[in-house]
Amino acid sequence: MPAKKDSPWIMRTYSGHSSPKASNELYKQNLSKGQTGLSVAFDLPTQTGYDSDHPLARGEVGRTGVPIGHLGDMRALFDGIALERMNTSMTINATAAWLLSLYIAVAEEQGADPKKLRGTTQNDIIKEYLSRGTYIFPPAPSMRLIADTVLYTVEHVPEWNPTNICSYHLQEAGATAEQEVAYALSTAIAVLDTVRARGIEGKALADVFSRLSFFINSSIRFIEEICKQRAFARLWERIGRDRYGIDDDKVLRFRYGVQVNSLGLTEAQPENNIVRIVLEMLGVTLSKGARARAIQLPAWNEALGLPRPWDQQLSLRSQQILAYETDILEYDDIFDGSPVIEKRVKEIAEQAWAEIENVGSRGGIVEAVGSGYVKERLVGSHAARIASIERGDQIVVGLNKFRETAPSPLQTDGGADSILRVDPAAEKEQVERLVAWRKSRNEGDVARALNGLREAAKGGQNIMPASIVAAKAGVTTGEWGGVLREVFGEYRAPTGVAGARTSPGDEAALGALRKRVGELEAELGRRPKLLVGKPGLDGHSNGAEQIALRARDAGFEVVYEGIRVTPQQLARAALDEGVHLVGLSILSGAHIELVREVLEQMKRRGLGNVPVVAGGIIPESDAEELKRAGVRAVYTPKDFQISRILGDLVTYVREAHEHAA
Amino acid sequence: MTPAELESLASLAEGVIRREPGAVARAISLVEDRRRSAEATTVALLHAIAKASDPLRAARVGVTGPPGVGKSSLVSALVLATRKSGRTVGVLAVDPSSPRSGGALLGDRARMDIDPDDLGLYVRSMASGGDLGGLARAAGAAIDILGAAYDVVYVETTGVGQSETDVEHVADTVLLVIQPGSGDVLQFLKAGIIEIPDVFAVNKADLGAIAERAHAELAAALSAVHVGDGSPSPAIVATSATTSAGVQSLLATLDAHRAHLVESGSLAGRRARATTAWAYRLFVQKWGEYGVEEAGGRDAVSAALSRRIGSGVPAVEAVAEIRPR
Repeated sequence: MPAKKDSPWIMRTYSGHSSPKASNELYKQNLSKGQTGLSVAFDLPTQTGYDSDHPLARGEVGRTGVPIGHLGDMRALFDGIALERMNTSMTINATAAWLLSLYIAVAEEQGADPKKLRGTTQNDIIKEYLSRGTYIFPPAPSMRLIADTVLYTVEHVPEWNPTNICSYHLQEAGATAEQEVAYALSTAIAVLDTVRARGIEGKALADVFSRLSFFINSSIRFIEEICKQRAFARLWERIGRDRYGIDDDKVLRFRYGVQVNSLGLTEAQPENNIVRIVLEMLGVTLSKGARARAIQLPAWNEALGLPRPWDQQLSLRSQQILAYETDILEYDDIFDGSPVIEKRVKEIAEQAWAEIENVGSRGGIVEAVGSGYVKERLVGSHAARIASIERGDQIVVGLNKFRETAPSPLQTDGGADSILRVDPAAEKEQVERLVAWRKSRNEGDVARALNGLREAAKGGQNIMPASIVAAKAGVTTGEWGGVLREVFGEYRAPTGVAGARTSPGDEAALGALRKRVGELEAELGRRPKLLVGKPGLDGHSNGAEQIALRARDAGFEVVYEGIRVTPQQLARAALDEGVHLVGLSILSGAHIELVREVLEQMKRRGLGNVPVVAGGIIPESDAEELKRAGVRAVYTPKDFQISRILGDLVTYVREAHEHAA
Repeated sequence: MTPAELESLASLAEGVIRREPGAVARAISLVEDRRRSAEATTVALLHAIAKASDPLRAARVGVTGPPGVGKSSLVSALVLATRKSGRTVGVLAVDPSSPRSGGALLGDRARMDIDPDDLGLYVRSMASGGDLGGLARAAGAAIDILGAAYDVVYVETTGVGQSETDVEHVADTVLLVIQPGSGDVLQFLKAGIIEIPDVFAVNKADLGAIAERAHAELAAALSAVHVGDGSPSPAIVATSATTSAGVQSLLATLDAHRAHLVESGSLAGRRARATTAWAYRLFVQKWGEYGVEEAGGRDAVSAALSRRIGSGVPAVEAVAEIRPR
């Protein structure tokens, strides 16, 4: 029996919604329940640098997280929470420098010493291009912003983790364990190379290296996950030693936090998810040599909609039971010396290393992402995963096997009462506060601060000092984003679908489908043509990409133009392209507003007869509302058989064609 | 065709010329109809359009080059620059069809930020379809439609080989985009493709020295190819779609090529020769090699097509009029 129990990891819950005030109350509740850190979820306008009253923000304000438009919002978010003693993780990327500036400004107002601030800005743009979609600027200025925050914090906020390189979203996008390791470490290399190119060497470079942390996914294959974390640590050390000449063991330590897998959570029999979540957590806590520094868990009902405080509490309690009731923290590493574990670790490390070298030969991760290579690989892996679930090779309990279920007492009323609903008035109130904020500030200060920001952006000085001045002057998130958009320009990442190889799923089902598509072509005179659209700010494109890919393999012509397309642009594309059907994918929860707007815009352009279907995390009552508004069908995560969905689309196109004839 | 049908096609043609996006879209969908029964409609529609507009009015620019050279971004920048110069623009973007399923992923450019209410800009994607590779069968007709509606038509194709030679048949100016350091120049020399383009863009000029080397290699290769044939050596422009560098100068070079065709009086001749070649390809696709033989052989078919096209008949109409015995 070891003499001393290890201290537990930091326990957080990814949360925030509606308004800074509502989120502040939630944080205080969570802390009172024994949570030991905060994890801030921001809404999409905040993540993409728009004010709450921007046209693109409509329907999205306070939806996926808290809206932070200015210093006053940040102040309200942490009201009564002493930042000097808190450990705060912020899931923020393109606008990370800005949110960190607001955080530092509020901390200073509280009288905190910036040198004592602890926490994390996610600040990893590469995985935004690949998976999550909240990027703004082209790769070069984006990497520069990351380097700016790294160099600033190492000097002025030394306990801060300025970038938390995420393999989490790579797994969500379909990455295998080897790909997850390879692309995350390649991203870290890109950050370190960018910093080194600025002349940072020796001890200063080691300081930067020691502040880089990782945010990793953990799936239900938890033995493989244990091996993956160990492979990660091994290769990180190797990169530190060989590439950057670091030899201090403490600096070389691989530090990471975890959010366990959301990809594998099911809408069908959602209570099963709590078991999955616990097993996934086990992989990253069980062995001392590969234990996460911080963990945040999804809630059991995440595939249904936003979790309620009680749902999040259940996840927190799972962490506490594991840390405080079980004996895992009492032992040294229980896998050291296991040949079985060692064999798998070696395998993952070797394959990942080969892919890291491959990415290097393509000019590094920034180039390999820009050319579409990495995205194509991920889309291909994801397609293979989906196909194996469709075929039943990969079993998902309650979804493709053991589907029989007694009525769930957790989900009465069709599930409508088992999720959190954002108050529709929240957006209006947030906009009112923003308007009042703009009136209350000194416009001269704001103009000067924005000029300073513009000069820093153009001139190549570190963006942080000018951003902190702007934060204090009352500049808004949209103004900060606007100035940098003007200087850096905007970027659209490759979608990766055209070049992706696919696996066909159920070959027989696909064959039957191709035959039906062929018959439909004969009726229409040309191939059926679909527009797959992602309206709004939501950048989670994995689902839309898989639909687009399979539709092509079934013989459809598919127009897919990537994320963040406005309803107006979608309707115009539907018109110009002469499509037979429009499919919309929205995961932010803003489906009612966005789908209605697309329908309206299509009608305005004479496309009222073109059928529209919608997919996403859409509660049943919302699905009914969408159908009443004119949507032909609604698909949710429980519709896992893509070929079946495509079969429906054939029917809807034929219906519309016959109706028009 | 009943008089009512003809009248509705005539009014569709007028909608095209008035640049109504709905009319342009419907017209292109009509010419995409592959059924035999649709041929008469396509012919009548294109006939009506040709009668009501001047086919030589619009500048037709074909843009081609291997995948991954940043061609789509460059086309986007070019389109926006053209639009800014006050001209209306139609874009036809051709993507490959999957040989296995016949399906296609289109519009994967995801880069063109267009104003959805701009009626002076129209973007349509089309699958290459068919088994011949290169341009879709309906591409020529779609370009005729776009040319009646817009001042400048850009036709973007992907791939090396068939698409370059195809695009020459539907465009007055061919732009080839290459990427420095990719070995493209050598490939094109080998494939004989280097003789086709009127303008070259060396993209990703921000790569510096590698880009300069590619530029020099290309210039050397071109002077070797065009030596002694009396034609001016094609222009080479360095561009960067990410920084928009060189886009204005590329646009000016394309305009200059067009102006040269117009002023030298060679536009009509070049267009007729190209259209005849395109029509011949359509004829072969429709009737096969035996069909050509039965129609009197390659030269006879070409001559018959050329005669009709010379008198202002659209390619599809010329093809529809000639039959094997």
